[in-house]
Amino acid sequence: MGHMGIILSGHGLNKRFGAFQAVRDASFTLAEGEALGIVGPNGAGKTTLFSLIAGSLTPTSGTIVLEGKSVAGADAASRCLAGIGRTHQVPRPFLGMTVFENTLVAAQHGSGLPEGEAEDLAAEALSRSGLLASANRPAGVLGLLDRKRLELARALATRPRVLLLDEIGGGLTEAELVTLVALISDLKASGLSIIWIEHILHALLKVIDRLVCMSAGEVIAEGDPQTVMRDPTVMAAYLGGMKEHA
Amino acid sequence: MSISRFQYERWTPAGLSTVWTSCVILAALAVAPLVLPATAVEKLTTLWIYILLAVVWNLLAGFAGLVSVGQQAFFGLSAYLTLRLVEWGLNPWLALVGAAFIAGAIAIPISLYALKLKAGEFAIATWVIAEVVRICVMFDPLVQGDTGNSLIALNAYAPDFRRDVTYWLGLVAMAGFLVLTFRVLRSKIGSAAQAVRDDEEAALSVGVSVMQTKRIIFVLAAFGTALAGSIWLASAITFLPRTNFGVQWTVFMLFMVLVGGLRTFEGPILGALIFFVLQESFSSYGVWYLFGLGFIAIVFALALPDGLWGLIRQKRGGDLLPMGTLLKQAPIENEAS
Ligand SMILES: Nc1ncnc2c1ncn2[C@@H]1O[C@H](COP(=O)(O)OP(=O)(O)OP(=O)(O)O)[C@@H](O)[C@H]1O
Ligand SMILES: [Mg+2]
Repeated sequence: MGHMGIILSGHGLNKRFGAFQAVRDASFTLAEGEALGIVGPNGAGKTTLFSLIAGSLTPTSGTIVLEGKSVAGADAASRCLAGIGRTHQVPRPFLGMTVFENTLVAAQHGSGLPEGEAEDLAAEALSRSGLLASANRPAGVLGLLDRKRLELARALATRPRVLLLDEIGGGLTEAELVTLVALISDLKASGLSIIWIEHILHALLKVIDRLVCMSAGEVIAEGDPQTVMRDPTVMAAYLGGMKEHA
Repeated sequence: MSISRFQYERWTPAGLSTVWTSCVILAALAVAPLVLPATAVEKLTTLWIYILLAVVWNLLAGFAGLVSVGQQAFFGLSAYLTLRLVEWGLNPWLALVGAAFIAGAIAIPISLYALKLKAGEFAIATWVIAEVVRICVMFDPLVQGDTGNSLIALNAYAPDFRRDVTYWLGLVAMAGFLVLTFRVLRSKIGSAAQAVRDDEEAALSVGVSVMQTKRIIFVLAAFGTALAGSIWLASAITFLPRTNFGVQWTVFMLFMVLVGGLRTFEGPILGALIFFVLQESFSSYGVWYLFGLGFIAIVFALALPDGLWGLIRQKRGGDLLPMGTLLKQAPIENEAS
């Protein structure tokens, strides 16, 4: 069997904020149907990398290729329509709308489906994310965990081909983590390609095929999850990161 | 195809009865000039203008988050363009409507610049644009600088006819925009506008074309405001650049929408009614009256952000018209079929 096609890749990505370099010469690939994990200490540039992929930030240099085509010049909305869905690490709900309307607007504008199918798509996304009971409540009343669920529901409502999950598991109880892992495994089984940034390793390792570790803006290790976790540079980066935050 | 497990509620019996009641009220208002005294017809025409202004400003600022303090640009521009078109030989009634369309079209190039700006910058820019438009208009010899001009062409019509047609124009414009606004807000453009208002970056991330959405709402609001400006000219006849382009229009819109209820459909109508009553009793107090209106608007914005309609909604347990879509779960047995 030939190896799976590459659905998304980044090549030599750099992102500078003034003098500070948040992402430095980062490259990655994501195969179709694959789940890729990203770990790294705080401030490593993981979220910034997601923003470069999703188009909310423009790289200082480097290219991102989705299904064989460079996405340079496409704004975040077109990338969403092209199949990139993302959740935000710090949830960004539409506070003046109901929970259902949050996902409905995503289905109407980001899925590419005809308008008549948007409602079912939005409702299904809420159901999968466990938010059905709150569907008609204002998004503003949701607590942090439900806001994270809403991030996931909204991304799913855009019918992504590539799903970018940014610390979606943080703050969940063990039972909730089990549900989340089951959901993400389901999504993966349905053919979705996933990149998951997560600090909760045991949950991450249940889903991912491959792991990338970032530190100080760079990809410092990549490959089989167990191997990456035992990599001395990775361990050193984590210790360094922890020292900073101690 | 399998039947959806979900059901959606876009209309309620109460909402439908509101629609029917509104139709009856509008029908009665349509024939009202035939029985009402002339002054009442004139006053009601003014009320339609206020409601129209309030509804479109709420669409712009409340639902799309585009807080403009320069809508008088389109209000005045439409009046000026009417005079220009009449000077070029157009029938004054056609000119009034045509001018509003042209002013709406002029909002497109303005939007290219203004919509790039955010929040406070956008607000200031809209005000500056209104001033610039006024100054440009004053260069036209037809306007004679500060002196202004009048739509004397309308004097060719009998006063009764003129008054009634202006009334109907106002009524149709107001009712038309109420329906249009309602439909836009319940469409995918409406949900996009609200998403953009709440969080632009998140809206982009779920595929909303932020610029296009803002542009549609901006141009629509400009057109509505321009129509109000035309109808104002038809009833006042005189055009004074400092009055028609005056910033007091923004104060009026702010007052009506904030007091009535920002981001509600019913609020601006209620606010316009309240403003209409106040205007009758206090407008002779000049600048202090304006300060008073502005002050009250700010107090409402801070203390009662949903305005008076917010209070009423709480009391009666809902809006008169359903604005969104409710998700209802269908009974489980439907799933198998
Ligand atoms: N818009 C910005 N302007 C300036 N600096 C920024 C900006 N966004 C991120 N940074 C900086 O870039 C670095 C990387 O941030 P990023 O959010 O990508 O880290 P992260 O790996 O996601 O960290 P965490 O695990 O804490 O979420 C941080 O030092 C951050 O302060
Ligand atoms: Mg992060």
